[in-house]
Amino acid sequence: MSEDIILLAHGSGGTLMHRLIENNIVPLIKEGGNFEFDDAAELLVPNQRIALTTDSYVVKPPFFNGGNIGKLAVSGTVNDLAMKGAVPIALSLALIIEEGLKLSELEAILKSIAETAKEAGIRIVTGDTKVVEKGSADKIFINTSGVGYIPDGRNVSGSNARPGDVVILSGTIGDHGIAIMSEREGLGLTIPVESDATPLNHLVERIFESIPADAIHVLRDPTRGGLATTLNEIAQQSNVVIRIEEERVPVKDEVKGACEILGYDPLYLANEGKLVLIVKEEFADEALKVMKSTEKGKDAAIIGNVEEVESKPAVFVKTVLGTSRFLTMLSGEQFPRIC
Amino acid sequence: MVRLIDEFRDPELLRPLLQRISSYDDRNYSLMEVCGTHTVSISRFGIRSAVPENIKLLSGPGCPVCVTSQQDVDKAIELAKNSNIILATFGDMMKVPGTKSSLAKEKAKGANVVVCYSTREALDIAEEHPEKEVVFYGVGFETTAPTVAFSILEAKKRKIKNYSVFSTHKLVPPALRALLDSGEVRIDGFILPGHVSVIIGLKAYEFLSEEYGVPGVVSGFEPLDILITIEMLLKQIRSKKAKIENQYKRTVTYDGNIYAQKALEEVFKIDDAEWRGIGLIPKSGLAINEEFEDFDASKKFDVKVPYSIEPPNCSCGEVLRGVKSPFECKLFGKGCTPEHPVGPCMVSSEGACAAYYRFERYTRVVD
Repeated sequence: MSEDIILLAHGSGGTLMHRLIENNIVPLIKEGGNFEFDDAAELLVPNQRIALTTDSYVVKPPFFNGGNIGKLAVSGTVNDLAMKGAVPIALSLALIIEEGLKLSELEAILKSIAETAKEAGIRIVTGDTKVVEKGSADKIFINTSGVGYIPDGRNVSGSNARPGDVVILSGTIGDHGIAIMSEREGLGLTIPVESDATPLNHLVERIFESIPADAIHVLRDPTRGGLATTLNEIAQQSNVVIRIEEERVPVKDEVKGACEILGYDPLYLANEGKLVLIVKEEFADEALKVMKSTEKGKDAAIIGNVEEVESKPAVFVKTVLGTSRFLTMLSGEQFPRIC
Repeated sequence: MVRLIDEFRDPELLRPLLQRISSYDDRNYSLMEVCGTHTVSISRFGIRSAVPENIKLLSGPGCPVCVTSQQDVDKAIELAKNSNIILATFGDMMKVPGTKSSLAKEKAKGANVVVCYSTREALDIAEEHPEKEVVFYGVGFETTAPTVAFSILEAKKRKIKNYSVFSTHKLVPPALRALLDSGEVRIDGFILPGHVSVIIGLKAYEFLSEEYGVPGVVSGFEPLDILITIEMLLKQIRSKKAKIENQYKRTVTYDGNIYAQKALEEVFKIDDAEWRGIGLIPKSGLAINEEFEDFDASKKFDVKVPYSIEPPNCSCGEVLRGVKSPFECKLFGKGCTPEHPVGPCMVSSEGACAAYYRFERYTRVVD
């Protein structure tokens, strides 16, 4: 028997679509979910500030070492909530499927979505499914929106970095970028690199449990554009200078190796399971200790500090030679070198 | 696992070297690197500002994207406009501005331009699309040329008839000779390219010391490599004994990679070539041999560009000859940035302007 695939008719709104949703999609993701099949989900939310975020995922290829687009779509949106200090409540899930996608692939993605949502403790409460003609999408695109609440006393923002603060990174950088790149381009690295895609909300909660909320100034996940771009965004939003030391930034040996071969700079590679914490100096050691005691933060390190702005906001990196250089935002795409 | 990165960035090893280099304070020393990867390392690790001011590090014509002539850039763009052609290129060429357009712009307009990481990918695309012509945009020095040569040999073996190469490959040693002949810039010593030398070997540079009395050291790319190379050059210059030395012994040999050299000889012939900023250099390019002319895009397709003009006020030419530092270009950081590059040296990640802009701009602003 030939393998089941998604057809245009699955998106028509008719019986095929109902069958797909009821038989193939909902059973896989309903864990903790509360599907009423109404036009909108009803949510009970605490009487607090609400955080709302949305993100679309178009990663190519949808399956990569260490995960797939489903895991990414849940982790990414959960992390966006967590970086605002929000506790995730509910997630919407919209699938745009290219006709011809294997049903088995769809199911694998949905399973990942369910597992990741369970891990993060977020419920998928509403969704949408569309099927588009071959060539109109690349296998599958996913949009997720997330709602969370921000407990009182938390005030986390990219504009809150203050001179004297300490910059902590939760682990190694560049893993996701290299994993995707090597999958996409068939680099055939001898030591494959796994994507770090993972929800970080529990790590964030651990930090909030261990130090006063008002000591936590900034949380950011350095996704596209990498650590360099994230730090620049923070420097600009907060109007400060950030100084980091290259030697202190954790990078896996295999990522370093791949970067040297391809001419990439790990500081600009995407991450999907790391965060930057900017914290009041007196609580930095405690925050680091707590992060290091968790699986997702075991490689955490203090990488630098925040200073008063001189002429304009900027990020500097201290090189191994002891000299200092400018760390700019990513411009355009990183391409491998020719020579 | 053998770790070959951290050891070469160890501050404990770097510090004493820097101290020894500082003792060469008797005169000005002008050293030129002729490899884009060296340019990036020197900028990225702040080597230029770590060595004393009397030791001047100049960037030469070491970025293959940058030295590609405007006419060749325009020709590749014309090839891409042909709806029957899939143009396969290394990513760095995408944004290089031609006289009127760029590959990135043509791609946005619908041209079939594919970024490849290797020639093998281009060959596979040709095999998957027998109805199309796949043209590989061959840009690079002796480092990349062998892989292109092998792709042609492979295409012949696999009987892939819709694959061809637009070869603008260039050779490093003739460019060094041209720079010295012009006498435009004082060069006391060359930091010689590591990757290129893996292929051509130390022997290819002997003319520098023998005919011109200029020392050269083939160097690795890590901070420790480059500092050792600088010290080796300073020692030679001070003792007034010019020779070609090998700092990058872990990969470079005297004879180079004979196997790769043979492939180059088989597929290519040495030809005159037009370099941006330098002009026509005799016997400095690689054209495809008659025997393989079925794989020669310049023979297969009649590409004509009416005229090619380099961007006005762009100093890429002077930068490539080491006459100007990128900071001395009027457009640097103003009209020309990596987001909106005017000349190729700001486009390529290996270009001197892009490297100075990314890593050294601020030090300069503070000055």
